[in-house]
Amino acid sequence: MIEDISLLSIITFLPLFGAGCILLLVRGTETEVAANSRWVALWTSGVTFVLSLGVWIGFDPTRADFQFVEMVEWLPGQGIGYHMGVDGISLFFVLLATFLTPLCVLASWESIKTRVREYMVAFLVLETMMVGMFCALDYVLFYVFFEGVLIPMFLIIGIWGGPRRIYAAFKFFLYTLLGSVLMLVALLAMYLHAGTTDIPTLMTTHFPAAMQTWLFLALLASFAVKVPMWPVHTWLPDAHVEAPTAGSVILAGVLLKMGAYGFLRFSVPMLPEATAEFAGLIFGLSIIAVIYTSLVALAQEDMKKLIAYSSVAHMGFVTAGIFAMTQQSVEGAIYQMLSHGIVSGALFLCVGVIYDRLHTREIARYGGLAHNMPKYALVFMLFMMASVGLPGTSGFVGEFLVMLGVFQVSSVVALFVATGVILGAVYMLYLYRRVVFGKLEKADVKAMLDLSPREMAIFAPLVVLVLWMGIYPSSFLGPMHVSVENLISTYEAALQAAGGVSVAVQ
Amino acid sequence: MYVAAIFLPLLAAIGVGLFGRRLGDRLSQALTCLGIGLSAVLAVPIFIEVALNGNAVTVPLLSFIASGDLVVDWALKFDTLSAVMVLTVSWVSFLVHVYSIGYMHHDSSIPRFMAYLSLFTFFMFMLVTADNLVQMFFGWEGVGLASYLLIGFWYDRPSASAAAIKAFVVNRVGDFGFSLGIFACFLLFGTINLDQIFAAAPGMADATLHLFGVDWHALTIISLLLFVGAMGKSAQLGLHTWLPDAMEGPTPVSALIHAATMVTAGVFMVARMSPVFEYAPIALGVVVVIGASTAFFAATVGCTQTDIKRVIAYSTCSQLGYMFFALGVGAYQAAIFHLMTHAFFKALLFLSAGSVIHAMSDEQDMRNMGGLWKHIPFTYAMMWIGSLALAGVPVFAGYYSKDMILESAYAAGTGLGTFAFVLGILAAAMTAFYSWRLLFLTFHGQPRANETVMAHVHESPASMTVPLAALAVGAVFAGMVAYNHFVGEEHPAFWGDSIAYNVQGSAVAGEAQGAAAPAAEPEHAAPAVEHEAEASDDGHGAAAEGHDAAGQGVLERAHHVPFLVKILPLLVTAGGIALAWVFYIRSPAYPVALAEKYPGLYRFVLNKWYFDELYDRIFVRPMFRVGRVLWRGGDMAVIDGLGPDGIAAVARDIAARLRRFQSGYVYHYAFLMIIGVVVFVSWRLVEA
Repeated sequence: MIEDISLLSIITFLPLFGAGCILLLVRGTETEVAANSRWVALWTSGVTFVLSLGVWIGFDPTRADFQFVEMVEWLPGQGIGYHMGVDGISLFFVLLATFLTPLCVLASWESIKTRVREYMVAFLVLETMMVGMFCALDYVLFYVFFEGVLIPMFLIIGIWGGPRRIYAAFKFFLYTLLGSVLMLVALLAMYLHAGTTDIPTLMTTHFPAAMQTWLFLALLASFAVKVPMWPVHTWLPDAHVEAPTAGSVILAGVLLKMGAYGFLRFSVPMLPEATAEFAGLIFGLSIIAVIYTSLVALAQEDMKKLIAYSSVAHMGFVTAGIFAMTQQSVEGAIYQMLSHGIVSGALFLCVGVIYDRLHTREIARYGGLAHNMPKYALVFMLFMMASVGLPGTSGFVGEFLVMLGVFQVSSVVALFVATGVILGAVYMLYLYRRVVFGKLEKADVKAMLDLSPREMAIFAPLVVLVLWMGIYPSSFLGPMHVSVENLISTYEAALQAAGGVSVAVQ
Repeated sequence: MYVAAIFLPLLAAIGVGLFGRRLGDRLSQALTCLGIGLSAVLAVPIFIEVALNGNAVTVPLLSFIASGDLVVDWALKFDTLSAVMVLTVSWVSFLVHVYSIGYMHHDSSIPRFMAYLSLFTFFMFMLVTADNLVQMFFGWEGVGLASYLLIGFWYDRPSASAAAIKAFVVNRVGDFGFSLGIFACFLLFGTINLDQIFAAAPGMADATLHLFGVDWHALTIISLLLFVGAMGKSAQLGLHTWLPDAMEGPTPVSALIHAATMVTAGVFMVARMSPVFEYAPIALGVVVVIGASTAFFAATVGCTQTDIKRVIAYSTCSQLGYMFFALGVGAYQAAIFHLMTHAFFKALLFLSAGSVIHAMSDEQDMRNMGGLWKHIPFTYAMMWIGSLALAGVPVFAGYYSKDMILESAYAAGTGLGTFAFVLGILAAAMTAFYSWRLLFLTFHGQPRANETVMAHVHESPASMTVPLAALAVGAVFAGMVAYNHFVGEEHPAFWGDSIAYNVQGSAVAGEAQGAAAPAAEPEHAAPAVEHEAEASDDGHGAAAEGHDAAGQGVLERAHHVPFLVKILPLLVTAGGIALAWVFYIRSPAYPVALAEKYPGLYRFVLNKWYFDELYDRIFVRPMFRVGRVLWRGGDMAVIDGLGPDGIAAVARDIAARLRRFQSGYVYHYAFLMIIGVVVFVSWRLVEA
C-alpha cells in the first residue's frame, strides 16, 4: 500500500532535509558553495515533485474523505496531534507547490548572485512550509505551517529584493501577521469549544450561531489579507515589486492560494451559517476587487505592479466562486487558483526574463521586443492570453466555471464580475503592446537576446500545463468532484439543520 | 474525413508557426496551402454527404469540462448549416492562402503570416462545427485571437497595434454578452448542448427568468444576450467601430477574416440558435432594428470614405446588416444564403482592392488613384464582377440573395419588416453608388498618382490573379446554382432541421398572398404547416399568436411579393450607378459642391457619425483616468494612508514623544519619580 509509507510527510520534509544538507554538507570556495547549493536545491525539489506525483496517481477520486492519512499523537491527551492527509481540494495545491519550486530554483540560477546558499535554504524551507500547510489536518499544525511560510518569504523579499525591499518586507509581514493574530484567537476559541484541534473533527462540530459570526470575522481577517481581498491588498504590489523573480512566482503562485484554501478548509465547512450570512459581503468585496484593481492595473507603469494588481482581480473571481457554493463555482474557484498559480507565476517569470537583461521593470523602457525576441514574444503571448481567459487555455476554464456557478446564485454578481473579463483584456493587451510591439528603437533593448535554453526549460512545462489545463481539464477536475460535492452537501445540510433549529426556537 | 478536414489547418499552423524560420518561406507557404487545400477538398464530399444526402453526423472527440450538471464535450457537429459554412470557409480560405503567396512576397515574416491564417481557419471550423455553446465560444474567441494577431501583424505600426487591441476589446464586450447568454441558457435548460437546448426550447416558450433584478421572458433575454455577442463579432451598429480600423491588417486578412468569414460568425450564430430565437419575437424585432440600422448607417459612411479598403469595410458592415434583418424577420435561410454569396464576392472585391494596392505600391487613398484600367485590365474586370454581384445586378450572385432578403422583409408584413425593407432599399441605392464611385475613382479619369508610382503599375502575378478568377466564378454563379437549395423549392429538404423554419405568418401578408396565388403549392406549405401544428400542440402558440393560422414561412411568402417589390432594388441600383456616373465621370464638381452646401451633414457622415469620438470620451479616457485616481487616491492615499503607513506613522510619532522622557539626566527621572509618588499617595488618601 502506498498509504503505508507516509508519503505526505516525506514530501513535506524532504525539502527541509535538503536545506539541512546544504547548510551542513556544502563546503568549499564561494563559487563552489553556490553551484553545489543550486544543484542540491534543484535535485531535492525535483525529487519532491516526482514523489508528489505519486499522491496524484494514488489518489482515489471516488472517495470524499481524506487520503494518505497519517496520525501521530503529538501532545497526548490534549486533542492536538500530527495529522496529515489530502482530499480533492488540497491535492492539487500540494502539486502546485512542488511543481513551482524546482522552476523557481531554475529561475534563480543566474539572477541570484549573493548568498546563494542561504537563498536556496530559504526556498527549500518555504517549500516544506507550503506543502505542510496544504496537508495539515490539525489546526495547530496548520497554524504552524501557515505562519512558518511567512518567515522564509520575509527573508527572501528583505534580503534578495529590490531597493525598497525593507519597506515591502515589513508591510507584508505586518499585514499578514495582524490577520494571523486574530486567527490564533479563533483557534483558541474553537479549541476551547470543541476540545480538539483535529480538523475533520472540527468540521463535524457545530458552533453556536453567534460564535460562528465572531469566528468567521477573525478568520476572515487572516484569510482576506492572504488572498488578498480588497481593501487589504496593498501589501501585494509592493511585495511583488521588491521580491526577486522567484519570490514573486511563489508569492503569486502558492501563497495567494493560502487564504482561499483557508476559506474552503475552515470557514465554509466549520462555520456554514456565518458563511451564508457573510456571502453578500464577500460578493461585494469580490466585485470591488475585480473592477477596482483592474482599473488600477490599467494605470500602472511598472510591469510587476500591473501583474500584481491583475492577481488581486483574479482572486476576486475565486472568492466570489467559493461563496456562491455551487458545484461549478467552487470547482471553478479551485481551478482558477491552480490556473492563476501557473499563469501569474509564468507572467512573473516573463517579467524576470527581461528584467535580468535590462534591470528595469518600467514598461516605457521596453518596446519592439517582437523583433529580437520572437520566442519570448510567443511565450509571453500565450500566458497573456491565458491570463485574459482565452478558451483553450487554463484561465478560461476557471473563470467560466466560476461565472457560470455564480450566475446560478446571483446574476447581478456574475454580471459585475464578468466585466473583469473585458477590463482584463484591456490592461493585458495594453501591457503587451507597450513591451513587445512597436518599433525597436532603444539601443540597449536592441541588444537583448532571446530566451536561453535554461529559460526555455523553465517555460516549457508551464506552456504544456496551461494548454493541458485548457483543453482537457477533466484530468484536474475529476479528483475534485467528490470532495466538492461533499463540501456543498454538508454545507447545505448544516444550513437546513440551522434553519430548523431557529424555526423551532420561534 | 470529418476530423481531418477540421484539424489539418491546425497541424499546418503549429508546424509552420513553431518551425517556420527553419522551414523557410517557400516550404511554409506550401505546407499551409496544402493543409487548407486538403480541407477544402474534403469539404466537398462532406457537403454532399451531409447537406445533399441529408446525413447529419456528430463526431465526438474528447470530454472537455464536466462539473456537476455541466457536461461539455469536444465534438464536431456536421449538419447542413455547418457543412455549408465549412465548404464556404475552406474554399475562400484556400484561395486567400494562395493569394497571400503573391501578395506578401516581399514581407519579412511570411511563415508567421501563413501560420496565423491557418490558425484562424481552424478556429473558424471549430466555431461552425460546435455542438455546444462552450465549444462555439472557444472558436468564437479563437477567431478573435487570430483576428487580433493579424490586424496587428505589422506590429511596427502603432496604428496597427491600436486597431488590434480595439478589435479584441470591442469583441470582448460582445463576448461578455455571449457568455452571460451561455450562463442563462444553463440556468434555464440545465445544459449547453445545442441539440438538447433545441429540443427543450419549445417547452420553455412561456418560461420566465429572474435576472439582474428583473423578470424576463426567458428565451427573449437569452436571445438578446447571445445577440450582443453576435453584434460584437459581426460589427453591428454600436459595436462596429473595430471593423474599419481592422483594415490596418494586410489585405488578404481583410478579405478572409473581416469580410468573408469571421465577421459573419454572428449571423451564423443567430441562425444556429434559430430554434431559440424563433420563440423570442421581441428579440427578433431587436435584431431587425439593429440590422436594418446598420445596413443604412454603414452605407452612408461608405459613400464618403476615400480609403479604398475602408469603403469595402463599410460595405461589409452594411451587408452584415442585411443578413441580420433577414434573420430578424425569420428568413434565416436567406441570411445564410447571402452569407455564402457575400463571402465570394466580398473576398473578390477585397482581393481585387489588394491587387490595386499592390500595383500602386501600397497606396490606399482613392484620391491618389485614377486611370488605372488600362494598366491592370484583369483586376479592373474582377472589380466589376465583384461590384455587380454586390449591387445585386441580375445573374450575379448578390442578385439572388439580396433580393431574397428584401422580399422577405417586405413579406414579413410587420411594421418592423417594412422599416427594414425601406432602409434596405435606401442602402441598396447607396451600395450601388459607393461601389461605382470606387470603380470610377480608382480606374477612370486622369491618373492622380505621381509618375514613379504610375510607371511601376503592373498586373499582379498568377498566384494572385488565379484566386481572383476562382472567386469571380463564385461571385457570378454561386447565387444561381444554390438558389433552389438555399431558399427555393428544395429548401426544406436541403436544410433539414439544422435551421428553424419561421412560422410567424402575418394575417395581412397571408391574405395578400392568398389573393395573389390562390393555390399555394402544397409542397411548400406542407412543412411549414406541420411545424406550425407541432408548435401549437406543445401549447406555445406565442410564436404564431395573432397571426394567420395557415400562415406560411416568410420564405414562401417572399416568393409571392408584388412585382414592384421585386423590381424596386434593381431600379434603385440603376439609380445609384447613374448617380455615381454623374458625380465622378460627367461632372466631378457636383459632389464637391454638395459637400460644401451641407458641411454639417458631410462632416457627420465623413467622421462615421462620431462613434469613435463618443466612445473615446465616455469609455476609454474616463477608464484610464479612474484607474489613476483609484491608484493614487484609493490605494496610496486612503488605504495605505489610513492603513499600514498611517499606523506606522502614528506609532513613530508616539515613540518619538515617549523617547523624550528618556533624556538620560538623573534629575529628570528623580523629578518624575517624585511626581509619581505624590500622585500615588494622594490617590490612596482620597480613596481612603
